[in-house]
Amino acid sequence: MVVFFVKRLLMSLLVVLISTVIMYVLVDMSIDPLEDLRISTAPNKAEQMANRIAELRLNDPILLRYFDWLRGAAGCLYGSCDLGENWMTNQQVTSLLRGAVITTIQLVAASTFLAILLGSMVGIVSALRQYTGFDYAITFLSFLLYSLPVFWVAVLAKVFLAIDFNDFLADPTITFAAVVVVAGFVGLVVSSAAGGKGKDRLRNFGIAAGATAVLMLYLRVTDWFTEPNIGIVLIALTSVGWAFVVTALSTGLRNRKALYSALSVAALGCVLWLPMLYVWEWAEDAGILGWPLVFALLLIGIAVSAGIGLAWGGPDKTRSARTAALTAIPVAATLFIDRLLQSWDNYNANSAIKGRPIATIGSRTPNLEGDFWIHTIDSFTHLLLPTATLILISFAQYTRYSRASMLEVMNQDYIRTARAKGLTERTVVMRHAFRNALLPLASIVPIDIITLLGGAVITETVFGWFGMGRLFVVSLGANQQDPVMAYIVIVGILAVVANLVADLLYAVLDPRIRVAA
Amino acid sequence: MTTPIEPPHLPGAGDETVENAIELKDVEGLSQGQIVRRRFFRHRGALAGLLSLVLVAVLAYTSIGAFGISGWYTWDHFTPEDVVNGGEPTLSLPVWLGGEGFALGAHPFGQDEIGRDVFARTMKGTQTSLNVMIIVSLLAALIGMTIGAVAGYFRGSVDQLLMRFTDLFITFPVVVIGAVLGNIAGSAGAFWLAVALGCITWTTLARLVRGEFLSLREREFVDAAKAAGASSFRIIRKHMIPNAMGVIIVNTTLLASTAVLLETALSYLGFGIKAPDVSLGTMISQYQSAFSTRPYLFWWPGLFIIIIALSVNFIGDGLRDAFDPRQKRVPSARKMARALRSDRTAAGTSGEPSA
Repeated sequence: MVVFFVKRLLMSLLVVLISTVIMYVLVDMSIDPLEDLRISTAPNKAEQMANRIAELRLNDPILLRYFDWLRGAAGCLYGSCDLGENWMTNQQVTSLLRGAVITTIQLVAASTFLAILLGSMVGIVSALRQYTGFDYAITFLSFLLYSLPVFWVAVLAKVFLAIDFNDFLADPTITFAAVVVVAGFVGLVVSSAAGGKGKDRLRNFGIAAGATAVLMLYLRVTDWFTEPNIGIVLIALTSVGWAFVVTALSTGLRNRKALYSALSVAALGCVLWLPMLYVWEWAEDAGILGWPLVFALLLIGIAVSAGIGLAWGGPDKTRSARTAALTAIPVAATLFIDRLLQSWDNYNANSAIKGRPIATIGSRTPNLEGDFWIHTIDSFTHLLLPTATLILISFAQYTRYSRASMLEVMNQDYIRTARAKGLTERTVVMRHAFRNALLPLASIVPIDIITLLGGAVITETVFGWFGMGRLFVVSLGANQQDPVMAYIVIVGILAVVANLVADLLYAVLDPRIRVAA
Repeated sequence: MTTPIEPPHLPGAGDETVENAIELKDVEGLSQGQIVRRRFFRHRGALAGLLSLVLVAVLAYTSIGAFGISGWYTWDHFTPEDVVNGGEPTLSLPVWLGGEGFALGAHPFGQDEIGRDVFARTMKGTQTSLNVMIIVSLLAALIGMTIGAVAGYFRGSVDQLLMRFTDLFITFPVVVIGAVLGNIAGSAGAFWLAVALGCITWTTLARLVRGEFLSLREREFVDAAKAAGASSFRIIRKHMIPNAMGVIIVNTTLLASTAVLLETALSYLGFGIKAPDVSLGTMISQYQSAFSTRPYLFWWPGLFIIIIALSVNFIGDGLRDAFDPRQKRVPSARKMARALRSDRTAAGTSGEPSA
């Protein structure tokens, strides 16, 4: 297997190398560095042209220039990177890239993760309810999303999500009509997704619509959008809710030990609420507050929760531990969001924000002063629109794929066997069908990441993010060869890595796949 | 009183036999092509898609004319006219849709800031998109089919070489290669842009056709043709491609909708169709800054992109269902009941249902 992957890697790198040659030639044909001089009326036009030709060595054979570029790029392997420079400003490409790569990865990572999560969930539910109204609605929705031009949606998102939502935030009033409409809609979606016969359906509709209405009325009464907060009461409620949801999905509520471990994790989260606020303050004073600390705390929380699950004991304590660890993630996220929202007022009142929190341009607010929390809220409000736009692109794809593969799996003999054994529907779906249905997705993710990088080119342009995509577009428009080539090489290498990871994943996940050397 | 426990309704063997019988009765005595056609026209979404695509095409080509023939519409897409109605659309909706009675007016879609008619411009852009779509999908289908067929039929080193060649194109997002090529070809006109895009979007089709050929070449009729002394070219052309036609047609359709979105996206970025040619993408990029003052400039081109792409996607879905032999239509409950009843009377049993 190792031999196979080494072979694959070498082959792919060769493909990238050859494709850079082709792209170098194509980019060279595509751009015209003398464009501005051709239409200039300067008296020394010929001299300027000659100077630029000499500077950019336009008269040298193209392959010679390519090998010079390659020599610089190969330097990246041993630490002396030279990817050329922007000839107008003389900025090194490496310094241009530094921020851009992080920006793009931030954007693409968040949207890929969310799209996989949402898309596969919706697709699987849609497959389980095949040929129902819900299924048809989701199918139509995914076709519609598939047919939307990204750039058009992005502009609409700017207007309706950002500007109108900011207007709403400036004077938030939830009308009763809105409560009725939203509650009715949520009820309809939930009841049709849950399926069942007339009575069950009506009950599900009632529960979902009622809960939504109560939540919205709560938001209205407490004037939530003026002072968004979660507070200990809501934290307690949502944590217990998560404990039930995670247990129901992972082991079933019958497994009492698992339920108790999940509930203990929820309780632990509530108990930790107040101490955590002091911990954050202490961390800020100590100067270690930042994303590494947040992730470290999350990992500790997961480990402790798994410990709790083990401590409850019982014959299958690993399952309890797993349930508890899974519960820890949403509970910790709730605590984190609660802390973030406590800084919302400060953020909103900040002189750089001026009460228009949802941003339409750029990846962060320039000249924003504030602590870690302010900056985190700031990057979230900036991520909101582009991420939503990118999710729209790939959500439809994941829904279609997971629906198709779930349908295929549900017709397999082992599902019939599982049912014949008398397993509950939950076990059949979650244990036997769900995992196998996710397998083919592993081979789509890398291709989707490449597509998303392409989508990011457009999204970054619309939202003015200075990521790699925007660097590519601007440089190609401004006839800059070196930055364009840098983008191409990075994307190519990313694609190779993503493909390799997918192959590896597939081989690990599906023992039927034999990779022969 | 005890409540009778109803057995859970699972599709059992009895149901399946009946379903198969209904399916079989539907296709009795029909050729492959007839079955596909019937199945396609039964797919309501696909039919609606086909209808709206034809309507849009007829509207776009006849209104302002194409290929040197002038159309029935008064204005053209490049001459600035006097601004009527402040440039607002003169189209008004029928009363039952909340308008003031249906009327087209002088400029149904409005006028842009220098008085050019937006309807004519949108129709011109739609023509461009449709033209590009047709050229890209034909070219990509041709290249993809050829490469996939050769790789799948000959296997071995030819296959290796062609598939690595395909990998060259898959390494980068299509938008990126498209932008580089479009920057070269865009100024030469829509035709050359379409050719350039056709040369990079064939990869998926090639891979699928190759997969199909790898399994087709093991079939008996290929052996029979070989034994009869047919040349490789003849076997591919006469025996294998017709059998792979389903995959080819379906994916070409899906590719067509991607092509529309790709062309408009590139034109939006400035690397596709360039002025004075009109594309729906350039219209959106040109008018997006005017969104707050003249939103209608922005709505129309987007709407037409969506109509085209959505119709083509639905047609593709209908074709896929029609070509897929595994695809079974779920008979309606009434049909099932009737078939089950006649099944039982035929067998002479009138007691408990079997499922």
